[in-house]
Amino acid sequence: MNKRRFSLKFRLSTLWLFALGVLALGWTVPILWTLAVSIHSPDEPLSVANLWWGSHPTFSNYSQAFDIAPFAQYYLNTVLITLGILVVQLITICLAGYAFARFKFRGQNILFFLIMLQMMVPSSALIVPNYATIHALGVFDTLFAVMLPSFGSAFGTFLMRQTFKQIPRELDDAAKMDGANWLQTLWNVYIPPARPALIAFALSSISFHWNDFLWPLIVTNSPASRPLTVGLAVLTQLGEIGAQWPLVTAGTLIVVGPLLVIFLIFQRQFIDSFLHSGLK
Amino acid sequence: MMRRPPNGAAALPYLLILPTLFFVVVFTLWPLIRVIYDSLFVENQAVQVPQFAGLENFLALFMSSAFRDVLYNTLIYVVITVPASTLFALSLALMLNREFKTRGLFRLAFFYPSMLPMVSAATIFLFMYTPGYGLINVFLSFFGVADQNWLGTPSLALPALMILGIWKQTGFYMIFFLAGLQGLPHDIFESARLDGASTLQSIRYITMPLLMGTTLFVTTIAVVNAFETVDQVYIMTSGGPVNSTSMLLFNMYETLFNYLDIGKASAMSVILIAMLLIFTTINFINTERNATYE
Repeated sequence: MNKRRFSLKFRLSTLWLFALGVLALGWTVPILWTLAVSIHSPDEPLSVANLWWGSHPTFSNYSQAFDIAPFAQYYLNTVLITLGILVVQLITICLAGYAFARFKFRGQNILFFLIMLQMMVPSSALIVPNYATIHALGVFDTLFAVMLPSFGSAFGTFLMRQTFKQIPRELDDAAKMDGANWLQTLWNVYIPPARPALIAFALSSISFHWNDFLWPLIVTNSPASRPLTVGLAVLTQLGEIGAQWPLVTAGTLIVVGPLLVIFLIFQRQFIDSFLHSGLK
Repeated sequence: MMRRPPNGAAALPYLLILPTLFFVVVFTLWPLIRVIYDSLFVENQAVQVPQFAGLENFLALFMSSAFRDVLYNTLIYVVITVPASTLFALSLALMLNREFKTRGLFRLAFFYPSMLPMVSAATIFLFMYTPGYGLINVFLSFFGVADQNWLGTPSLALPALMILGIWKQTGFYMIFFLAGLQGLPHDIFESARLDGASTLQSIRYITMPLLMGTTLFVTTIAVVNAFETVDQVYIMTSGGPVNSTSMLLFNMYETLFNYLDIGKASAMSVILIAMLLIFTTINFINTERNATYE
């Protein structure tokens, strides 16, 4: 009896692991195939019989993709946009979070509610009027146009308010007693213990803005301000390139490769940070 | 000892929130008011000076069968992908919450798609769905399924986009469930096991109710994500074939930039915002009703 239960349990868990393995393999195949086809020689047509890297693998697709599209410029743009947004956000959310966590002032609740509205109304639903605003401000087709709407963050403000509230008020009072002004107090008392929350916020902000597409698509119009996502879309939508899969997959990997490599190296910290920021 | 705050201290909290408030007012509040206002006017290439029209834009949209297709596609996409990816993410999290050697690799295999920009994922799937030698057709041919033009067949194109959506998002939602599972008290499961509860019973009666907070969080993000589906439509189908994959945000983009119809595009924004609010509220009420708090 005991033995039978044991073997049944063993068989179940092997079966379960096998099913999970097949599923995981299926999940990974798209990126593996992309990788294989990106070194498939462009002179050899793809077919059911010749699906992977072919008989003469080559890196020429990568150099050709770099020739057709200014990926280095796109990279620089994406990095500048993502970091520019992040730096401004970190400042605005810490200041506002501090105000809402530790000050009592008239209109506090209504102001908090107004800011929190940003979490309820997705920015993509407001592209029509925001596009008009960008034109009115005269910043169309600049990196600034891509960044502007994201400088204030309701989510970040909320997160910092919750985080700062957990810090004992006595520490704040002690710092004030020692003659620290509000900025010194914020910097020395509130920011250090809030680091995990700030890192979690930074990760979600970076991954959102690195991947954003629709907004940069409509407010940029030249390689000088286009981020990677829009650059890749421009490349794949070029009619004559459309079906040249080795070239398109190489372009795709140029876009996702560095991010994936960084993720593979830091995946433990990355997933842990997501796990810990989760809901708290 | 009470000290009077020094001069200017009363203004400090207002100054601290000023930058955030400024950007929220300019890029959320003002556009929100403006989009509602604009939705009540006819303004397009034929009517250059906006004319007040009441609810005419909304009526015209709901009368048009093309827009009804758009609404239908959007709702079907939400109603299918949200539960599917949430349930799938929860099952994966339950399986990967156990201790075993290759657990890290499995997590990685399911999580990596959420690291890719949707534009890149859509490009990869455009390739996966290629008729003839696309891997999805090659795989299905082992089971005797005939070659399909997935993105060129009206009945298959929307499901094809849904599969991409589920592939892309599930791993991300899984992470939140894993975080939720790690926060659960261990001893409850121990005593349930001693009382003779099976694994499935434990999941149904202990894990699920305790994970309601996480579920609410995940389904809320999933609903918003699904309603905002646009990148893959732009890359893979442009809304076709015969309107079968056109969804709200993509249709709004087209209405604004291809047809230059500001009135209708604004009305679509209002509809999108209203639907999101309704869905997230229903979801919230529904989850609250089932929740158990400690």
